[in-house]
Order: sequence, then C-alpha cells, then structure tokens
Amino acid sequence: MNGIIEGKTNAVKQHNNREEKMQILQAKAGRWERILVILRKSKARFIPEILVEKLLMLSAVVSIMALLLISVFIFSRGVPLIASVGLGDFLFSLEWKPIQGKFGIGAMFVGSLLLTSASLAWAVPLGLLTAIFMAEIAPPPVGRIMTRMVSLLAGIPSVVYGFFGLVIIVPLIRNYLGGTGMSVLAGAIILGIMILPTIINISRDAIQAVPLVYKESSLALGASHYQTIGRLILPAASSGIITAVVLAMGRAIGETMAVVMVTGNAPIIPDSLLAPLRTMTSNIVLEMGYAAGDHQAALFATGAILFIFILLLNLLLNFIRRAGKRYAGN
Amino acid sequence: MEKAIKMKSRELNLFYGNFQALYNINMDIEENRVTALIGPSGCGKSSFLRSLNRLNELIEGSRISGEVFLDDSAIYEKGINVVELRKKVGMVFQKPAVFPMSIYENVAYGPRIHGIKKRSELDEIVCRSLQSANLWDEVKDRLVAPANQMSGGQQQRLVIARVLAVQPEVILMDEPASALDPISTARLEELIAILKTRYTIVIVTHNMQQAARVSDYTGFFLHGCLLEFNRTEELFLNPRHNKTEDYITGRFG
Amino acid sequence: MPGTRIGEKALTCLLYLSALIIIGILLAVVGYIVYKGLAMINLDFIMQAPRRAGKEGGISSTIVGTLYLTVLSLAIAAPLGVGTAIHLEEYAQKESYFAYLVTLTAETLAAIPSIIYGLFGFVFFVIYLKLGWSIWSGSLTLAIMVWPTITRTAQEAILSVPREYRENSLALGASKWQTIRKIVIPAAIPGIVTGMILALGRAIGETAAVLLTAGTSLGMPLSPADPARSMSVHLYMLAMEGLSMERAFGTAFLIIILLLFINYLANRSMSFLSHNGG
Repeated sequence: MNGIIEGKTNAVKQHNNREEKMQILQAKAGRWERILVILRKSKARFIPEILVEKLLMLSAVVSIMALLLISVFIFSRGVPLIASVGLGDFLFSLEWKPIQGKFGIGAMFVGSLLLTSASLAWAVPLGLLTAIFMAEIAPPPVGRIMTRMVSLLAGIPSVVYGFFGLVIIVPLIRNYLGGTGMSVLAGAIILGIMILPTIINISRDAIQAVPLVYKESSLALGASHYQTIGRLILPAASSGIITAVVLAMGRAIGETMAVVMVTGNAPIIPDSLLAPLRTMTSNIVLEMGYAAGDHQAALFATGAILFIFILLLNLLLNFIRRAGKRYAGN
Repeated sequence: MEKAIKMKSRELNLFYGNFQALYNINMDIEENRVTALIGPSGCGKSSFLRSLNRLNELIEGSRISGEVFLDDSAIYEKGINVVELRKKVGMVFQKPAVFPMSIYENVAYGPRIHGIKKRSELDEIVCRSLQSANLWDEVKDRLVAPANQMSGGQQQRLVIARVLAVQPEVILMDEPASALDPISTARLEELIAILKTRYTIVIVTHNMQQAARVSDYTGFFLHGCLLEFNRTEELFLNPRHNKTEDYITGRFG
Repeated sequence: MPGTRIGEKALTCLLYLSALIIIGILLAVVGYIVYKGLAMINLDFIMQAPRRAGKEGGISSTIVGTLYLTVLSLAIAAPLGVGTAIHLEEYAQKESYFAYLVTLTAETLAAIPSIIYGLFGFVFFVIYLKLGWSIWSGSLTLAIMVWPTITRTAQEAILSVPREYRENSLALGASKWQTIRKIVIPAAIPGIVTGMILALGRAIGETAAVLLTAGTSLGMPLSPADPARSMSVHLYMLAMEGLSMERAFGTAFLIIILLLFINYLANRSMSFLSHNGG
C-alpha cells in the first residue's frame, strides 16, 4: 500500500518535474521557433534591388553626360568663330588683336608646341634614367623612399610650382643669363619638373612589369646587367615608356597656371630660349576675366583646339596600348 | 521505408557559351541523406552542384535547359526568388572563404541579412550554429577575434556554421575537405554524419574513401554525364558500369 | 673589356645622379617654400580676413573658401564615382558597349586639362545655369574633374576583393546589393578612401578651373551660392600682381603642408585600413 502511494507520489513528482522541464524547453523552443519563423519568412526586397542597380547605372550615365556637355559647350562656343575666321587663319595667323577683331592664335599654337617639346627634351631622359634606377638599381628601401618622393612631387599643385619658378628660377635666369627671366627656359624647367612624376611612375611600372624570366635568361646567357636593360628590358617596356611620354605630353600641353606665372606671356613667337612666349592655355586664363563677345568666343575656340589636341593624344594612347597588348600577346 | 525526395533534376543540360558542361542529368536526392558526387576533375560534378542553388548563373554566358526541383517547386521557373532558394540550399566551398570580420559577425552575417536584428536572438543563433558545427568549445572565448586567424579546419567549420545559421534545408559541399589535414577531415566527416539527421547533404569529393565513408548515395559523373547513380555500397561493391569500376579502383582519374 | 667596365661605371653614376636630381628638386621646392613661408605663419595670418586686396591681414576667407569648395566637390563626386565603379565592376557586363563607353569617358575626363574644365564650368554652371561665380559652380566643376580619380581607385579596390567572398555571401541567400554593401564595399574601403584623399588633394591644388568658376572675391563665403577665392587662387593673385610676397609664401606654405598631410593620410589609410580589414 505504502509502496503504491510512494510510487504514485514519485510518479506525480516526476510528472511535475517533467512538465516543468517541458515548459522551460517549450519556452526556449518557442523563442527558437520565433527566430526560425523570422528567418524563414524574410523575403528579399526586389524593388530596392532594381532601384539600386538603376541608381548605380545612373551615376555612370551622368559621367558620360558630363563629357558630352563639356564637348557641346566648348565646341558650340568656339567653333562658329573658327568657322568665320577660317581654321587656317585662326591656327596660323600671328595677329592676336582682340580689340581690332583679329583672332590668330599662331603664336600661342607654336608657343604651346615649343614649350612642350622643350620640357619633354630634358624631362624624358631624366625621368627614364630615374625610372631605370628605381626599378633595376636601387636597393628596395631606397626604391620605396624614391616612390614616396615622386608621389609627393606629383601632389604639389601647379600654382605652387609656378610660384617657385617665379621666385627662384626667373630671378636666377635674369641674373645669370640676362633678359627679364620670364622666358621659354623658365617655362621649360618648371613644366619639365611637373611632368617628371608622370614619366617616372609609368615607365617604372612598365619596366617592372617585364617578366623576371626574361631578365634571368638573359643574365644566364652571360649578358651584363646593363646589356640586359638596354637590349631586353627597355625594348620589352617600350610601349609603356611611350605611353608615359604621351601622357606627359598631354599634361604639358594642358598645363596652365605654372606656365602663366613664368613665361612672360607675350603673344609672339620667341626667337630664343630667353624670350617670353604665350601658350594657348595662358591665353585663355589671362583674358577670360574681361573678354566678351567674339573675344570670349575666340578664347573658347582656343580651348576647342586644345581639347581636340588632347582627344587626339588620347586616341594615340589607346592605339599604343592596343599595339603593346598585341606585342605582349605574341 | 524510402525517404522523401528533397531535390531532383530532370533532363538537366548546362552550357557555358558553346561548351556543354552537363548532359541530361536525372537525379533524385533523398531527404536527410548524404549524396556524394564523384568523378574525375572536369567531369561536371561541381557544375551540377552549383546548378542546384543557381550559383552557376554567376558565370557570364551560362545557360540551362531541363529542370531542377526543390520539394515540388521548379527552381529555374520564372519568378522564383533566387535569394529565397539560396537560403534554403546552402553551400560550403572548397576553400573556406571567411569574411574579413570577427568569428561572431561571420556567423551572424546570414541571419542579419534575413532580418534578425535583436542581439539576444543573434546570440542564440550564433551559439547554436557554432555548436552544431562542433566549433563552439574552441572559439566561445574569442568570438570577437578576427576569423581569418583561425586554422584551416576551424575556418571550414566556421563556414559550415555560417551556412547553418540561415537554417537551410539542403547543404551543398564542394570538396570541403580538399584543403584540410587528415585530422580536420576526420572531424568534418563526423560532423557530416551528425548534420544529415537534420539536413539533406550533397557533397562533391574526389576522395573515393570519403565518399564511401560519409554517403548513402553516390553518383559517378564522366564527361558531363551522370554515368551511374546508386546506393553507395551498391555502387562501390557492384558497379554496373565498367568505367565506374575503373574509376573507383583507381585505374583512371 | 675594361672599356665596357668603365662605361658601366659611368652609367651607374649617371643613374645615381638622376635620382639625386629628382630628390634635389623635391627638396628645393618644398624646402624653399617651407623655409620662406614658416616665418609668415602665425595665428593672425590664419584667422584674420585679408585686407587691401590681400596686401595686409591674413587669409582666413580663402581657407574657408578652399574647405567649402573641396568638401562640397568631394560630397558630389564621391557617391557618383564610387557608384560608377560599383556599376562597372559588379553590374555591367564586362564586354558590353556601355561599360566600354564609361571606361572611355573616365579616361577622357582624366586627360582633359583643368583650363578646359574651367571654360566649361564658366559657360555651363556660371552662365547657362545662372549659378554665377559661386562655390556651387566651383564645386560642381571640381567634382567632374576628380570623378575619374575616385572611380579608378574604387574600381581597383573593388576588383581586388576575392571572388569567393561574393560567392559565399550569395550562397547564404544574400541579395546582390546586400553582398556589395556588407561584404564588397567594407573590404574595398581602404582603396576607396585613398581615392577620395587623392581627389581631395587635387581639388585643393586646383587653380585654373576654380579661378574661372568660383571667382576671386575675397569676402568670407557664407553659403554655397557665394563667390569664393581658394588658397591656390589667392596664391596666384598675390604672386602675379606682386601684392605681397610674404603672404604668397605663407599661403604656399599652408598649401604644401596641407598636401603633405593628405599624402601622409593616403599612405596611412592604405596600410592601416588594409591591415585591419573591416
């Protein structure tokens, strides 16, 4: 009898115990179930997805629109004037007399080309030598420091270079070589410094991109390091080096502030390195402040010519790149 | 008693551009079973696996014909929610790609995506998932540590925990042990044996012993065809196709 | 053989020499401006408004103008640039005509000289949209200019995010945008930030385009509709008109220090953020 009762109470206790446990378990499970329900129920929101995609696409479209707008506005302002003056006269006439309605940018056209060539003439060899030094000769830590320095050089804005030219280079030329100092030479020095980083960075990348196997096999054939550089590495990197030069050319021809500050800006074709000159870019920035009517249109026309120049250089770059790829592919 | 069919493919063809990667695949994948896919590399087993959660679509120019069913819904049907599908059909890749976040955040990534915001609920999911992936004891004291500091075996189990955290119904594994040492592999296989009680698992492996050890069914792929599909012991003991026999006895592959 | 050896020695010397020249140029430019400019720097120079066209007083309004222009241009260009990069790398089909067009556009925009931007900004924002010489005109023009920089660096950063991350995230049931937002962008953030810092540097130094679009007013700009003179433009005016060489040196010094700091930040952000991935 006792035993039975005991058994029963035990059973009841056990039962209660189990119930409690079950309740706790259920409470826990209930929570877990809720979590599972949320997990299972969540639906991907399709509309925002498509919206986002369209928005991203829009940002790309805006960039194309910007380029179109730039082209349209520069050309629509400049081309009518070129048409009325005649392209030949506009480009090659040496008479720039806005007040008399004579718009010939011959001097500026020549000035731009001259200054660009003069700066390339010294910056390309120096930049290329430095690139070879950084890629092939310099111990890695030195190479890293040089890379930092070149990127600093690239980061200095043109107006600061112009200012430096104005307070250092121009007086030096005036004191030691004569003239006013505001000259082709001053412009070429400053402009050359400004394009050095472009030349160095891109040719160094091109040199470093030449596969190590080439170099090793050449050295294994008994060629010296310099023979290898001269006969193998530089030719293999040539498309990159040409790219560097063309990019530098584009920068030089488009550069404005530094040039304005050190070249004297006389709208004549210079007869010596110490004579002043005016570039197309200088022409725009010097006269834009007060130009109106046809005069303003002529400045836009100058910009249009410059723009076409840059577009042509860009085409050339694409061509070089494609040619380089084909070469590398073979 | 036969188990229910969880997934099945019918006349499945897969193309990458002009290249046909799969030919008329018909396969039934049973619920709560491990199905192994074997075959020499390039035979299409991984492509088949990826077509089960439509991950093959990430490759530009891939096309498909035929059908794949999850339960009774055709997953290539128009209007099917791919995100919904991939939530139900989870995947573990060959190389464990842990995200550059903490261990906790890796596991919580999926649940967060699917709308769980409460910290306590996330905690519970992370804890349960790590426990299920046999990883909890090893990492419970350093849940906030960057996940990429773990060992390769731990990373693979973390990836599994991450998949478990979104409560999938099917787990696809693409050579999950190929980058692991033997001890980690053994732990992974133990884990698979436990997981199959709750999930349906499809595993691609190039390791024949592994297929024999962990799977209930095995499919042998060759040149984009499913050459033979059977119970694992049948396929290994009495292969019907002599190519299958050649492969499992190591004569090629 | 001895001949070649001497030749090689000479070549080595030449290479070292050219590296030295580059270092010399950098030290000369930075050193000279820092040396001359440091004397000018004090709190008054930074805090006081310019008087008598900049001949006297400080340069406070140009500092504010510079900040205004750069921050606003970055605020416009960053979402668009990063958006373009995401579109190109994640959504656009690689071989599509549209992707090619966008890439070509970015290349061309990067090559256009700043004076052309200035001309465009002048005729489009200042005149056509009637925004006048204002911070709006200047910032919008600058935004188009720095856009390619931001896009290109962001593209590279996005491209370097492992493909496995995307696959894993998608396989977990994340949507494409969720994957991009939560996995790709965080992993690419060092590169994206570096691009923005580089763009910031370019915007601070830009002169020609700002001169033609934001004007040369020395007044303190209050709203984006006001005209403003940036520090770079101020330096140009001071030096060209010979107003005050000391103040020109001071301004140049501040610009250089600002850019050195930005350069340092760019280097740091690249290494710091990439070491602490996320």
